Amino acid sequence: MEVNTEDNNVMEKVLLPDEQEIDVELEAKEKKYLRGEGANLELLKDKKLKSQLASREKIYGKSAKYAAKIEKWLLPASAGYLETEGLEKTWRVKQTDIAKEVDILSSRKQYDIVLPDLGPYKVDFTASGRHMLAGGRKGHLALVDMMNMKLIREIQVGETVRDVAFLQDEDLFAAAQKKYAYIYKSNGAEAHCLKESGPVTRLRYLKNHFLLASVNKIGQLRFQDTTNGSMEASIRTGKGRTDVMEVNPYNNVVALGHSGGTVTMWTPKMQAPLFQMRCHPGPVSSVAFHPNGHLMATSGKERKIKIWDLRKYEEIQTIHGFHAKTLSFSQKGLLAAGTGSFVQVLGDSSSGSSHNYSRYMNHSMVKGYQIEKLMFRPYEDVLGIGHSMGWSSILIPGSGEPNFDSWVANPFETLKQKREKQIHSLLDKLPPETVMLDPSKIGAMRPARRKEKPTRGEIEAEKELAIEAAKSTELKNKTKGRNKPSKRTRKKKELVESAKRSFPAQEHSAASKKRRIGEEEAAELPASLKRFARKK
Amino acid sequence: MVKIKVISRSVDEYTRERSQDLQRVFHNFDPSLRPMEKAVEYQRALTSAKLEKIFARPFVGAMDGHRDGISCMAKNPNYLKGIFSASMDGDIRLWDIATRRTVCQFPGHRGSVRGLTVSTDGNVLVSCGTDSTVRLWNVPRPSLEDSDTSSEKSIEPSAVYVGKNAFWAVDHQFERDLFATTGAQLDIWNHNRSQPVQSYQWGTDTVISVRFNPGEPDILAASAGDRSITIYDLRMSIPARKIIMMTKTNSIAWNPMEPMNLTAANEDGNCYSFDGRKMDEAKCVHKDHVSAVMDIDFSPTGREFVTGSYDRSVRIFPYNGGHSREIYHTKRMQRVFCVKYSCDATYVLSGSDDTNIRLWKAKASEQLGVILPREQRKHEYNEAVKNRYKHLPEIKRIVRHRHLPKPIHKATLESRAMNDAKRKKDAKRKAHSAPGSVVTVPLRKRRIIKEVE
Repeated sequence: MEVNTEDNNVMEKVLLPDEQEIDVELEAKEKKYLRGEGANLELLKDKKLKSQLASREKIYGKSAKYAAKIEKWLLPASAGYLETEGLEKTWRVKQTDIAKEVDILSSRKQYDIVLPDLGPYKVDFTASGRHMLAGGRKGHLALVDMMNMKLIREIQVGETVRDVAFLQDEDLFAAAQKKYAYIYKSNGAEAHCLKESGPVTRLRYLKNHFLLASVNKIGQLRFQDTTNGSMEASIRTGKGRTDVMEVNPYNNVVALGHSGGTVTMWTPKMQAPLFQMRCHPGPVSSVAFHPNGHLMATSGKERKIKIWDLRKYEEIQTIHGFHAKTLSFSQKGLLAAGTGSFVQVLGDSSSGSSHNYSRYMNHSMVKGYQIEKLMFRPYEDVLGIGHSMGWSSILIPGSGEPNFDSWVANPFETLKQKREKQIHSLLDKLPPETVMLDPSKIGAMRPARRKEKPTRGEIEAEKELAIEAAKSTELKNKTKGRNKPSKRTRKKKELVESAKRSFPAQEHSAASKKRRIGEEEAAELPASLKRFARKK
Repeated sequence: MVKIKVISRSVDEYTRERSQDLQRVFHNFDPSLRPMEKAVEYQRALTSAKLEKIFARPFVGAMDGHRDGISCMAKNPNYLKGIFSASMDGDIRLWDIATRRTVCQFPGHRGSVRGLTVSTDGNVLVSCGTDSTVRLWNVPRPSLEDSDTSSEKSIEPSAVYVGKNAFWAVDHQFERDLFATTGAQLDIWNHNRSQPVQSYQWGTDTVISVRFNPGEPDILAASAGDRSITIYDLRMSIPARKIIMMTKTNSIAWNPMEPMNLTAANEDGNCYSFDGRKMDEAKCVHKDHVSAVMDIDFSPTGREFVTGSYDRSVRIFPYNGGHSREIYHTKRMQRVFCVKYSCDATYVLSGSDDTNIRLWKAKASEQLGVILPREQRKHEYNEAVKNRYKHLPEIKRIVRHRHLPKPIHKATLESRAMNDAKRKKDAKRKAHSAPGSVVTVPLRKRRIIKEVE
């Protein structure tokens, strides 16, 4: 890294004379790498701790600066874009226009695979975007290498396939079939049959936790550990059948969309949802999460797409007149919505922290195609579409992250690198408790919560309530003379008395006040007697 | 005019050209590519804490050969592999640490050998003992074939000086050629004179240990049977300063990196770090041993020191920490009389009553041998994440946990109960007395009775 920085300095001088501008730009980038504000050291009294923390903050600042410089100068690729001038609109640009402009390699990424008998198709990509899995409703599973467009394996399972999902990498994938979910190896061999989960409608994989989340026909949400096969959680949602499930990539919380219009969030360690939002008046048809985890898009049958801020749990934007059967966010934050044979891509047109999604691109497929699933291919400007007549792929400039990290997801991974990564990811496997709303809380201190004492007024009010409750209790009808009015009144009196007794009397008689010792005298008292001194 | 660009990666740019090349790797430090990074980091810290525990095998080997308890050891400052040891029956040996064999013996002493030291150039070994003699030996030059053969040579002393009383300790000056012996008084000797060149006496009690300052060659510290620690300056005819503590100090070590500071191994089981210029208060009290601390030696880095105790354990303390970072013990190790930190700060040697010298790793889980750069980086990363999350209860528990022998564990509990009771009693007494009439003296001062100039 040291060598690189020297290069940076040289380049800085040659390329951009306006250094101030660069500084501003770098500062904005640094912010991202600082991961929030530093600790406020002014409040600390412990000098030793203060100096330790100060030196640590310095290191954080330095490494953020390095990272920002690397982002500015050293990343090999830049993001795609689609820019128009004057009256031209980006959404008027057709796929054929794009194909003319881009290089041959990229234009090959536009294609339609027509398989009319086995659809509609569900698609899934691996984290690196190298492999695609397509699952036809009629039992057709195909594993494709997208780099060289080679079909690695296709199998016909001979029964309904409702959903498909890759596990850690392309070596294993899961398919939700008619009665059970199955796990297959990449060569097509069946590895496991997940009988416990029953007829699964949706499958999602939690990568950091090695958990396969599935929701079945009777609305049971299950988390199964794929390393040892143990069932980490089996939750009865009690909301009926659903086939809308998505994982928030930021914190791995699972969201379910229900027919009542609510979206619920679940973790493996809680039987109740973390929270539920009423998003739509009718059934929720699709849910998607922005990769930064703060935005959620939902679509309802009432022809509305809504965008939610998950930090404030409030709606940011409603997009009318579009019933999306499927939604998908890209790595750079574009939102694709598909309905019928029409795909609309929405882009965030505002800059800064506010969000305003407006149309960015459109794509119409052949009439009669029914889109089943949209998914952006990671690290590429490509949108994969699974539909009733096979699957297609179109180019959406500016949707993917241009620079991959070899240690996170590498499309050009060699066998050796893959093996090494498998070991490392197993060592870094997270326990299911770490699925939580704010994962940055891990390792942080919980702020001390002061236990609040009830005020005298509150105690009085509570006492009144208890007395009222005691007075209004209905006494049972007793026999053998125990039901006499005198007995009943005495009984009631006792109840009231006992209610009163549970609140200790707070009397401050004049005599006790007198005995209190003044503040001036308290300074000369031994510590053990100070508690008798008067407090102001 | 529409401007369009899409991501396009040619395979050639992202893969290596020839199979001999290194694989191309790319970095993108964007946090959004790594969700749950804090949880993953914590998990790594936890794993590395557990791995550290798994790999903690500190005992390297024992060197046996002496026929009586080891009384003292000396490192050769000029030769990393050699260590001198002496036993209660008058036997002195030179060991090769790498092969754990005796290289040669130095016979001659008739009683137990009490002190052993080597000159800074590593040529002269000085020993003294209860037979009232000081013997000087020429150290044989280490040669390659020596370390392989098991033939044990015997060496004759180059000089024998006879004193009036038994000697208790000896230490050689840094850089120059004086050495100091202790016994009834403190004597300063020259290599070539049969009589001490200078003698110091303060009080009538036996001086039991002495150590020269590594920074200032004329200053030395000695501890005596009258529970005192005395600082001498050879340029003056009388001792410079003295403090008297409640219990005797068995051994003293100067911090080689901060040579104004010294640490005293005390009979009460604590070690006291002093600033040599301001002795009325200890800078730090290092508590953990449950019996008298017999010997102490600083790491050459000055960040840690090792102590050996009468409770049959060896502990390693940080120079500014109140509690030990490590405890070493085995079933067979008896009372530890002498300890040494090796000159490369990697090993710790302990000599005990069971006639063995034991060799330990200074860091219990350290990987020995040649470490590849990638391995080194991995170790550093593990250390860093562990350090970052060390305050969290799970990691703290795993890192701190040590298995203690039952007697030491029981004694620890007992002394803790006693200390708690005493503290509680003092607090109550203070609370019920007039303010200011009862003053709590901190432990750093409490064990010091007075300072004499």
